[in-house]
Amino acid sequence: MRTRRETRHVYGEALLRAGESNPQIAVLDADLYKSTRSDLFRERFGERFIDMGISEMDMVSTAAGLAASGMIPYANSFAMFITAHCYDQIRIQICYPNLHVILAGSSAGLTQGPDGASHQALEDIALMRALPNMRVLVPADGVETEAMTLAAAQEIDGPVYLRLGRYPVPDLFDSSYRFALGRASWLGQGSDVTLIACGHTVSAARDAAELLANRDISAGVVNMSSIKPLDEDAVRAAMQATPLIVTVEEHSILGGLGGAVAEVMAETGGNARLLRLGTRDRFGESATADELLEKHGLTPRGITDSVVQALGR
Amino acid sequence: MHTSPPVAADIRELETIAAQIRCDLVRMIHIARMGHPGGSLSAADLVTALYFQVMRIDPARPDWPERDRFILSKGHACPVWYAALIRRGYLGRECLDTLRCLDSLLQGHPDMVKTPGVEMTAGSLGHGLSAGLGMALAARVRGLNYRVWVMIGDGETQEGSIWEAAMAAPNLRLDNLTVILDRNRIQNDDLIDNIMPIEPLAAKWKSFGWHVMEIDGHEMAQVVDALEASREAEPQPVIIIANTVKGKGVSFMEDNPFWHGNAPDADQTAQALQEICAAAGLEVADVD
Ligand SMILES: Cc1ncc(C[n+]2csc(CCOP(=O)(O)OP(=O)(O)O)c2C)c(N)n1
Repeated sequence: MRTRRETRHVYGEALLRAGESNPQIAVLDADLYKSTRSDLFRERFGERFIDMGISEMDMVSTAAGLAASGMIPYANSFAMFITAHCYDQIRIQICYPNLHVILAGSSAGLTQGPDGASHQALEDIALMRALPNMRVLVPADGVETEAMTLAAAQEIDGPVYLRLGRYPVPDLFDSSYRFALGRASWLGQGSDVTLIACGHTVSAARDAAELLANRDISAGVVNMSSIKPLDEDAVRAAMQATPLIVTVEEHSILGGLGGAVAEVMAETGGNARLLRLGTRDRFGESATADELLEKHGLTPRGITDSVVQALGR
Repeated sequence: MHTSPPVAADIRELETIAAQIRCDLVRMIHIARMGHPGGSLSAADLVTALYFQVMRIDPARPDWPERDRFILSKGHACPVWYAALIRRGYLGRECLDTLRCLDSLLQGHPDMVKTPGVEMTAGSLGHGLSAGLGMALAARVRGLNYRVWVMIGDGETQEGSIWEAAMAAPNLRLDNLTVILDRNRIQNDDLIDNIMPIEPLAAKWKSFGWHVMEIDGHEMAQVVDALEASREAEPQPVIIIANTVKGKGVSFMEDNPFWHGNAPDADQTAQALQEICAAAGLEVADVD
């Protein structure tokens, strides 16, 4: 059994390392530091930690001001509140001037669980992806989370949205992993179907590929952790490799990973078909993370069933 | 159809109901293994007074057009609302076991479509008061004679939208609106004073044009008097700043930020019920 980690925890630890290596880095939170794990940075670098209180709009604009004045701010809250709650500020003060602000959205997606619809960000990728200059990163495991957290400050110059979860995921990568903006990673090639996933659904897709293999279905798995810029070549390679592409995300099928892949496929043309798995234009609800993944067909079993059905086997 | 219990006759009876509601919400959060006990307990006396004495409501007709409206803007404290709705007959007692469960009527945060008696969906802080303005305006425009009661958290007043609504209500001369501010001095991570101080609250609201009252939010007689008196404050909207204790009634939860969003285990729940009942002169076995 590989170690399972919550990406939000790994993020908190990585933030600490980022702070150690770069004195320009500042961290902001809005009364959720225990949850976003920015508390680790807070304890160590109190003078570079700013708690704005329950004022996400103020926090995001403050981050813009910090960035415009030589700092590199990481602003933290739940995914729902750091995106939808302050969209106008993000748009006009961060994306339009292309400022180097990192927005970290914690507890994203259905696996937010029992808090229910108000707290389950299922449209945050779509919202962030629509903004010019914004980069949208959804790490699949702890290793990738750490790499992306550091790269967001070191290797990118402009707005970044980092989507994090509270669902423990097994490590898929080892220390040889290198982050490259806009580049997907393949966890296996297939000839019948390619599963393109992001976030913790990558490990679910990988497990589904094994279940499919038991049924003589050959499935490739792509970790599309850089949703914007999207690795369009990887999508086109998948279109060449398999007649069916299935996107898997803990997000609405509208405008997120599935939407992004659909756009590339439509413009490319060809015979490959697309099936988008995710939430189908509806709000979330209270339940455990596992119950919700089950309900929306995002477990390895659920993904397998959808693929089998789509292939008519 | 649920039968609605009679409205409480006196302060003593209201105190007993508040204790029962505290027990119910602690049990509910324990069973759910998640939820927000601190801010539910601090609001228990206020919500009890509203639902069992002050508000003009009819549990048999949750959509009666002339009913008073209650909005819990600090939506995470919904266990106290659900407990009151159950005791008042809007919902069956079997709901107690289903908080935050799949397909439950009782969502982790208020859902006005799923839950009878819930007037406005919430969970993202800062929005409830503005919705209250809309409801209060609708009463005026439609010629209906109801009052709107909005409960906000003190931490929640860090949201800028609260102050937009605070500006608008007096300008719109909303005299059918009462805000109840649950001033328990603690937010999610810590004491408000350690995060982003918001005082002086009374002076701020007064300067925005509100009629401000300040009470002890756990003294039932004061609570009822202030809520009733707020009906007479024309032509201004009223804010009742209720000084409360987060986690009120459970010694180990009181004034401790940890209990903002953590559920008690079985032993802690037993102790909590003991303490709540002892203070109200009840037997735990009778509160069911
Ligand atoms: C917009 C938004 N930001 C953050 C949160 C997370 N959150 C839930 S409760 C809470 C603290 C609320 O404090 P307060 O209003 O004082 O409530 P109380 O102490 O009465 O429970 C926070 C930050 C949220 N629900 N909505």
